[in-house]
Amino acid sequence: MSPATGDWLTGYDAGGYYCELFGRANAPATHTQPLRERLGRIPVDELRRRARNAENELFNLGVTFTVYSEKDVIDRILPFDVIPRVLSAAEWKQIETGVVQRVAALNLFLHDVYHEQHALKDGVVPRALVLGNGNYRPEMVGFDVPCGTYVHICGTDIVRDDAGRFLVLEDNGRTPSGVSYVVENRRIMQRAFPDIVDVFIRPVEDYGLRLGHAMAEIAPAGVDSPQIVLLSAGAYNSAYFEHVFLAREMGVPLVEGGDLVIENDRVFMKTTAGLAPVHVIYRRINDDFIDPEVFRPDSLLGIPGLMRAYRKGNVSLANAIGTGVADDKAVYAYLPRLIRYYLDQDAILPNVETHICGEADGLAYTLDHLDDLVVKPVGESGGYGIIVGPRASAAERAEMRARVRADPANYISQPMVRLSVCPTLMDEGVRPRHVDLRPFAVTGRSTWVLPGGLSRVALRQGSLIVNSSQGGGSKDTWVIV
Amino acid sequence: MARYVERAENLARILDVTHGAARRHNSTQDWAAILEINSDLERFAKTGRAIDGEAVVHFYVLDTANSTSILNTVTSARENARTLRPFISTEMWSQLNIFYNWLRALSPQDLTLSERPRLFTSIKANCQTHTGITEGTFFRDQGWYFYQLGRYIERADQTTRLLDVKFHRLAAAASPASPLEAGEEAALLRSAAGYHAFRRVHPRGLMLVDVVGFLLLHNAFPRSVHYCINELDRFLHELRQRHVLRGGAEALERLDEIRVALLVQSPQGILQSGLHDIVDWIQGQLIDITDLLTRDFFGR
Repeated sequence: MSPATGDWLTGYDAGGYYCELFGRANAPATHTQPLRERLGRIPVDELRRRARNAENELFNLGVTFTVYSEKDVIDRILPFDVIPRVLSAAEWKQIETGVVQRVAALNLFLHDVYHEQHALKDGVVPRALVLGNGNYRPEMVGFDVPCGTYVHICGTDIVRDDAGRFLVLEDNGRTPSGVSYVVENRRIMQRAFPDIVDVFIRPVEDYGLRLGHAMAEIAPAGVDSPQIVLLSAGAYNSAYFEHVFLAREMGVPLVEGGDLVIENDRVFMKTTAGLAPVHVIYRRINDDFIDPEVFRPDSLLGIPGLMRAYRKGNVSLANAIGTGVADDKAVYAYLPRLIRYYLDQDAILPNVETHICGEADGLAYTLDHLDDLVVKPVGESGGYGIIVGPRASAAERAEMRARVRADPANYISQPMVRLSVCPTLMDEGVRPRHVDLRPFAVTGRSTWVLPGGLSRVALRQGSLIVNSSQGGGSKDTWVIV
Repeated sequence: MARYVERAENLARILDVTHGAARRHNSTQDWAAILEINSDLERFAKTGRAIDGEAVVHFYVLDTANSTSILNTVTSARENARTLRPFISTEMWSQLNIFYNWLRALSPQDLTLSERPRLFTSIKANCQTHTGITEGTFFRDQGWYFYQLGRYIERADQTTRLLDVKFHRLAAAASPASPLEAGEEAALLRSAAGYHAFRRVHPRGLMLVDVVGFLLLHNAFPRSVHYCINELDRFLHELRQRHVLRGGAEALERLDEIRVALLVQSPQGILQSGLHDIVDWIQGQLIDITDLLTRDFFGR
């Protein structure tokens, strides 16, 4: 039954989860009160109509990611839900400072790993875990990156549990994506809901400007007005829209590997007037594809000789090469200890409790409690290969048990967090759906965190997997001033 | 991108005019003519369909197996725009994206006799909207100049094709000085959107020689070959000057050659010495110019 007026909010039941709009029964979220009132005035049919228009607009603007089927290239929008997710100023303060702290620790750790390796010598992190990691790059040993910054753009995946606590699931320090949706979602919200978008929301549209400043800060020494470029894998990359978006927002050229050449260990881009020097590359292709001379020789996306130019300090790369060793799911488990080790602080944003199967205790615990745990392979991204113990069949659990036994170091396990929900407009009405949050931190000399971030929402009832490749959607995320 | 949109617009014009002519004549001969213009008789035969309005319109609008169909042409324009997205305006991209999605959603029911005039008008209007948005939003850097060069090369080429085949067919029957058959006259000029412009220059009569002169040589008609060559010359000069580029010198010489070849002859003379030959030569020159520009500026 869909009521004619906005009393769809009163009929909403969060199903016992922490709700981002309503809070908990005995601790209601007061900062969402103005939004609830305004939303409540919009009948559900009207909400639906505006949602349809908003999605059409995103499609027409080409705010899409690309999916491949056997015979077609299909552009899909990230499904957009019109009911925003709102963070209070206090909640945001914790997330912001917590993210800044983590990024600082990640950068110190990476510097350490590629220099003196104190943390390894002091036994804070097992040596094998770092040096045996597929993303560890010996090419970076002894090389000093500008400003000591390795992770210039970081996406931190955060969830909230039943108690309303924020917990970090993962740090993405390689080439995190999704920030374009944050900015576009806000634009669409402002167009579709001028009557509810609060003027006291922290703005997000200056992300490109901030990113451009940070890129200028990390330019090689002595370069006054650096030429920045964004290196993309090309128009058929699934995140191509975002590459275009960021290049435009920064006002810098979007290039592909073939547009760049190396001469005398310097980087140049081909232009109609000949070669022009390049000083900073915001690269959106992975380490192993970036230079066929050093990494995968079969890569057609990269630029032969780029690493030579990089190591000579003639060009800066963001993110730096070799950051994957720090955002690894296994190293993640040690981050709270690394924060203490380098910064002498407690983690402002705690991790989800994590068992490392590569350690005897962790393996034993994981195998004993498989029914209650979420088990993840450490090398995968995009939500692939994850098994949710309580939801898996006996056969799936048995298969996972065998895989973990065969290669324990490749797995971690975590208790199943009862992820918070947010009211979401579904065909059957407004329903609770699980959400996470990915704030984006930009670091040149210092770190700035985009207020809010990407709230991803698992659209299937009960689903905990929010990844766009697995049918997730997104919401506009507000930080109240 | 500009070339694809220009091509789609021209094809829609030709289809529109053919549709009108076919209604008047109540014949399939007009539909065969359009296949001939585009040297597509053989390719069309592969569809296994008889030549009639429905089959030909489908072939040229929605047939994905036909590489020159409007759907495929607009798809190419959009793919082009996709890779050029960092350079073009958001509005240019968005409009092409909407145009493409609209075309893709069309079904055979949208091509029925009664729907056709509206369909062609919509396609033309979409192409012209693209042109207008481009004029109004495209940042005037080098990309703008290359966009314009592509547009005018394509337009000149389309006009020569139109002349070639139409006259190939007509000249066989009529002497140069004879008036054209009433239906043909309008069809020809209208497909180049030139009927009313022509009437301003030639208020009375409709001689073959005048129509040739108009479409090849008139320097105020925006689809004439002469006009397109002048625009190409102007844009290429500006590109070189403003951006201090050395390339393009040979292309400029070729443009000059075309202009001289056109201007030393009267329309009468062109018809006598063979319209097909000069039109063929111009098309060859345009291909060379494209290659020269690609070589000089993009190193390919």
